[in-house]
Amino acid sequence: MSPATTARAAVADAWQGEWSRIVGALIRHTGDWDLAEECAQDAFTRALERWPLDGVPARPGAWLMTTARNRAVDRLRRATVEAAKLRELAAAPLPSLAAGEVDVQDDRLRLIFTCCHPALSDEARVALTLRTVAGLGTGEIARAFLVSERTMGQRLFRAKSKIRHARIPFRVPPREELPARLDGVLRVLYLLFNEGYAATAGPVPVRADLTGEAIRLARLLAGLLPDEPEVGGLLALLLLQNARSAARTDAAGDFVPLADQDRSRWDAARIAEGVAVLDRALGRRRPGAYQVQAAVAACHATAPGPEETDWRQIALLYGELARWAPGPVVELNRAVAVAMAEGPAAGLALLAPLTAAGTLDGYHLLPATRADLLRRLGRHREAALAYREALTLATSDTDRRYLAARLETATQSAADGGRARPAG
Amino acid sequence: MKYLLLICTDEGFDAPPGELDPTAWVEETDRAGIRLLGDRLRPSGDVTTVRVRDGAVLLTDGPFAETKEEMGGFDLIECADLDEAIEVAARHPMARFGMIEVRPLWG
Repeated sequence: MSPATTARAAVADAWQGEWSRIVGALIRHTGDWDLAEECAQDAFTRALERWPLDGVPARPGAWLMTTARNRAVDRLRRATVEAAKLRELAAAPLPSLAAGEVDVQDDRLRLIFTCCHPALSDEARVALTLRTVAGLGTGEIARAFLVSERTMGQRLFRAKSKIRHARIPFRVPPREELPARLDGVLRVLYLLFNEGYAATAGPVPVRADLTGEAIRLARLLAGLLPDEPEVGGLLALLLLQNARSAARTDAAGDFVPLADQDRSRWDAARIAEGVAVLDRALGRRRPGAYQVQAAVAACHATAPGPEETDWRQIALLYGELARWAPGPVVELNRAVAVAMAEGPAAGLALLAPLTAAGTLDGYHLLPATRADLLRRLGRHREAALAYREALTLATSDTDRRYLAARLETATQSAADGGRARPAG
Repeated sequence: MKYLLLICTDEGFDAPPGELDPTAWVEETDRAGIRLLGDRLRPSGDVTTVRVRDGAVLLTDGPFAETKEEMGGFDLIECADLDEAIEVAARHPMARFGMIEVRPLWG
């Protein structure tokens, strides 16, 4: 590799590892989020200029931190900020950069908790986490969420403005508040992952950049809070779901349901890692919603085929999940698992109260699930009606194509007068 | 850092007698030097909204925003940061039956 290539790779590496540490340290010392981001950005730009010429420094993180801090001192000096703040920054000890060191007062942890403060909206939390913790550019975040760069810029501006003017503290919450606040952080990472994985809108079914960032942030958080089993639970869940992503769409980009996926295309290394992370979390004997969901994902990921899947166990796990995070979507998933374990009629019986309650009105997966169970019972006419209903509600193109194909088959079977045998 | 707490009631809220009494909260926050000022407010039937347009003083009977919620009181508090202000607001008895808006002061 040429020195330029080596240097560029080193800068990219440092960006992954050091960005949030540098931004966090600068925010702690200056209280100025924009200044912190701009100076961190400057330090990386400078690294791109200098490292190809001078060689990659022995401790790239320390080089970047010093460069960013000097830049901040310069900027503050030019802005003639009060002398006290300037002295404090110039004299501040640089955060230790020893590898693997874990400290609850880590600046990155402060940054994550502040970005995910409950006084900020979900949208603002997700955007801010991507910008300041993950180090993505405003334009990249805007593209990932299919909004204009201007809209995303305003969203970030408003969030930072609230942090400053309402004085949201830059800190890790005290121990007694940690579980509740951690929930908020985990939710942001899960939202981020799902935005990339489920693609609520638009033509692309999986946005790998967002799922990748969510996993990277979950790894970081798991490293920073090794004693919190729900962090491990979330990381395991993301790894196990992500391991299946290559098999979730076919060559045409169409959605492939779990039962029809080519399991040889699942990422075995990711599955092994996810299972190991989950086992460690469960070993702490403080279960929670993410650990239970990861256990469901592990049942799927480790089954050689749909028939060998332990659906009884999955149905039990969904029952357990309802204790931690009750809700109609959990009930819907439990109905699917029961249908697999005990037959479509048993699942259909669980769907009836859900449909009657109306809490899932407008959610395409409720009629889509009903349609599938009706199809398996050979009730094709009713199945076609339910597929049609699901089709009017689905928003992503892959879901719509999948449902349209199923609708056509069901309509054909109904027209054959139900002579076709139930598909099982 | 100063925050204004707007104490709002929710329409049709139902609280056991005595549960809404903020006396203990007021005494505690006064003693801690957190609460600087505060009072109950008369109901919206006693409110007048004032506008001046083209030099003329225009009056409206009632608050400028017609909402189901009624602003029943306010407190001005001094706190280190938003987390502390949220903690103080959450201890106010009205937080359990109505809602409390936490507004940072501009200055």
